Amino acid sequence: MRERLARNLWPLVPVLMSILATTLLLVLVGGSPALTFSALFDGAIGTSDRLLSMMAFWVPLLLCASGLLVTFTAGLWNIGVEGQMIMGALGSSWVALKVAAVYPAIPGGIILIMEIVAAMVFGALWSVLAGILKTRGGVHEIFGGVALNNLAIIATNYLISGPWQPPEGGTFRGTQPFPSHALFPLLGDSRFSPLTLVLALVVLGLVAMSLRGTSWGLRLKALGKNPRSAFLLGVPSERETLTAMLVCGAAAGLAGSVRVLSWFDSLRQSISGGIGFLAILIVLLAGMRPLWTLLIALLFSALLTGGTTVQLRTQLKASLSGIIQGTLVLFVLLFGDYRLLFRKRRKEPQAEANEP
Amino acid sequence: MHVELRDIKKYFGPVRANDGISLVFGPGHIYGLLGENGAGKSTLMKILSGYQSPTSGELLLDGAPVAFSSPSAALNCGIGMLYQEPQDFPPLQVIENHLLAYDNRLLLDRRAGEHSLKSYAERFGFTIDPYVDVGTLTLGERQQMELMRLLSLGAQLLILDEPTTGISAEQKEKLFGTMHRLAYEEAKTIVLVSHKLDEVQELCDEVAVLRRGLLVGTQAVPCANRELVRLMFGAEVPRSERASATGDTTTLLVEDASIHTYRLDVEVPALEARAGEVIGLAGLEGSGQRLFMEACAGLRPLQSGKILLDGEPVEGKRSPFFWTRWLALVFLIAAIAWLAIRWAIGSSTGLGFAGGVVVSLLVAGTLWMVGTLLVSWTGSSAYHEFQRRGGAYVAAGRLELGLISGLTITEHRALTTPVRRFLADWDGARQEMEKRIERFNIIGQPGTPVDELSGGNQQRVMIALLNQPLRLLLLEHPTRGLDVTSANFIWERFQDRCAEGTTIIFMSADLDELLERSDRIMVFSGGSIIGILNTSDTSVDELGHSIGGQAT
Repeated sequence: MRERLARNLWPLVPVLMSILATTLLLVLVGGSPALTFSALFDGAIGTSDRLLSMMAFWVPLLLCASGLLVTFTAGLWNIGVEGQMIMGALGSSWVALKVAAVYPAIPGGIILIMEIVAAMVFGALWSVLAGILKTRGGVHEIFGGVALNNLAIIATNYLISGPWQPPEGGTFRGTQPFPSHALFPLLGDSRFSPLTLVLALVVLGLVAMSLRGTSWGLRLKALGKNPRSAFLLGVPSERETLTAMLVCGAAAGLAGSVRVLSWFDSLRQSISGGIGFLAILIVLLAGMRPLWTLLIALLFSALLTGGTTVQLRTQLKASLSGIIQGTLVLFVLLFGDYRLLFRKRRKEPQAEANEP
Repeated sequence: MHVELRDIKKYFGPVRANDGISLVFGPGHIYGLLGENGAGKSTLMKILSGYQSPTSGELLLDGAPVAFSSPSAALNCGIGMLYQEPQDFPPLQVIENHLLAYDNRLLLDRRAGEHSLKSYAERFGFTIDPYVDVGTLTLGERQQMELMRLLSLGAQLLILDEPTTGISAEQKEKLFGTMHRLAYEEAKTIVLVSHKLDEVQELCDEVAVLRRGLLVGTQAVPCANRELVRLMFGAEVPRSERASATGDTTTLLVEDASIHTYRLDVEVPALEARAGEVIGLAGLEGSGQRLFMEACAGLRPLQSGKILLDGEPVEGKRSPFFWTRWLALVFLIAAIAWLAIRWAIGSSTGLGFAGGVVVSLLVAGTLWMVGTLLVSWTGSSAYHEFQRRGGAYVAAGRLELGLISGLTITEHRALTTPVRRFLADWDGARQEMEKRIERFNIIGQPGTPVDELSGGNQQRVMIALLNQPLRLLLLEHPTRGLDVTSANFIWERFQDRCAEGTTIIFMSADLDELLERSDRIMVFSGGSIIGILNTSDTSVDELGHSIGGQAT
């Protein structure tokens, strides 16, 4: 019981330590930790505007992280989540530009559904491509993912500066804004849409439930822990690898859709904003536990949105939140998994016994 | 150089791999080290070559005690080991591989390296081009290369671990010639680790025999093979009589099956296994038994011939959607042809020819991917078809091949249950495993992660997970590392299965187990079958002889 509690609270340890380390650093450079952290806090949730902006950042992060829970369970390093998000954004933009803007008579609800479906299909296909490269081509998903990320960025740049450039001339910055009925219904004049949060929570809930209670989730878990044994116990490896990639890609695509249809109002160059990579970090930090994923994603959105206020109020750079993030990664790597840290010593004599 | 091993002990947990072995190796001799698999030969040689340190005991070089921290420390003292699996760098050139430990300066002197390689090669009649990649050499050539490297680094005592496995007859002759020359002309010490009696008789002048971690005797050779067999396998033990459950229906039929791998070709001309029959596969480790079992399970493709389970070949199920990926290709060709025609008659498509090709490529690629998805969802591999048809393969490595560390016994059951449902049936799985835990005498709870069980209990879990009905059960070392009582218990469960009509094929290194448990024994040697023996009229001696490479 106590061990279980300790294991569940373990993710707090690196978080607290990185805050401690950042405080030390602040004292060293002569800043005031109290002022800085209150500015950070204020910047994230100080006013309702800032809170909503933080939430709007949180939603796509949560979606990507939910998808990554599936691929990490299956033992896949889906670095390509970034590109899958971009492809999702492309899918939504395509519907918004080529359907919503061309046929204004179609009601917003139908347009939104079409945009979401297009985003999920685009993301899923991009992800399955990395999966097929792995199962059929022997290309590790990390390398396939990195390559496909770059291709997705190139495709975005091509579309923005080529076929989808605004009529008044290409600016390299983005397409023309989508018609307002093609966007997610926003709360006030913020960039946050409650509908997207509901979607994200539903996705996370579905993922958590399937990983816990379905035989599909169990097969993924088996595949992730020991692919060779899993195959011998009857798990069809290729099928489950592709399915896991498919689900993650669909979730990431949805995240991309949220980025273009609520955070921005058009397809932009840096549409992903590094959210995919950040989500990988979050899932690893949370030790692949859904509830912790939710909370840590919230923490990171707060850190990032609060960073700007820190710069305004103190003379410190906004990169302070980057420093907290960096030390966090360092401490997660240092302290790693609770189980690994405390069980290693016990394991060693056993491991040796299997040798002869 | 005089090398002495004094009372070497090496324990791995409760396993006593070496239990007080003392041996002396003098210069100018070729020694043989004989023993069954698991007798402790490799452990002893790993200790001598600095790969492992002993639990207790002493190593003396010319009377002075030494302790090696690594193989390179041992090599500095003149002890070199030629491993069975080549320890080299396939992507490097021979000369680079040679220079690796030989030349430790900042700038490599390739000329000196080439000179050293050439002079060794001339001395022993090897022909290896220093400027080809190591990966393109045959196993025998890589062995020669490693030998030259060890000698150039000053090895006085050479340990050869099963050096003749996988090399050609000509290379073997050359190797033996080299050994003779090194020992009798250059006064080096050679230790040959082997379980092939012929080789030991041919090459060595003295043999030490290990059994279960103990030195059971030394013997000057050549001598009668009988003497060595007795030392290796112990005195003949009386066997308990066992009723055979062999029925009439044929479960497994093998016709001229051949399996090809880079180091071994396996040929099994014919085998007919009947329901309830137990067939043991005997032979040295790596003689083709495992490859044959993998082929039976559909884990390894046959190069030619047939293996039929209940009259049907063991092969994967082709997806009914296999044509979708051809459709993508057809679409691509048609689209490009259409674009070309439009372009030729001068009517534009809006995108231009190149744009059209890109779009068709994208569409065709998407079609192909969706096809691959469908194929992976609806097809199934040969091994999974084998399982579905009532086959099972239980490999020797429990946590590597068979069980999944971190998952509980219940989760394993939920994973292997033949009833596939969307929601996992945790309650059903737990109840089922509660029953089986009791029946198989497993010390553990349904919720225990399998990695927390002892080896014997893991083995029982693997067997408890097997489903009904079972047509063919393939077992790899089913009782390795188990004590006699556990082994008997497990075999009783297997015999229950046989009574239900399951055919069992198992490989084992334990001759007593083979003779006691099987109805027939197939003896493998270097990839071919040298005989199928009826257990009732075979003795341990005969089996030992035929495994040692001498057909009776």
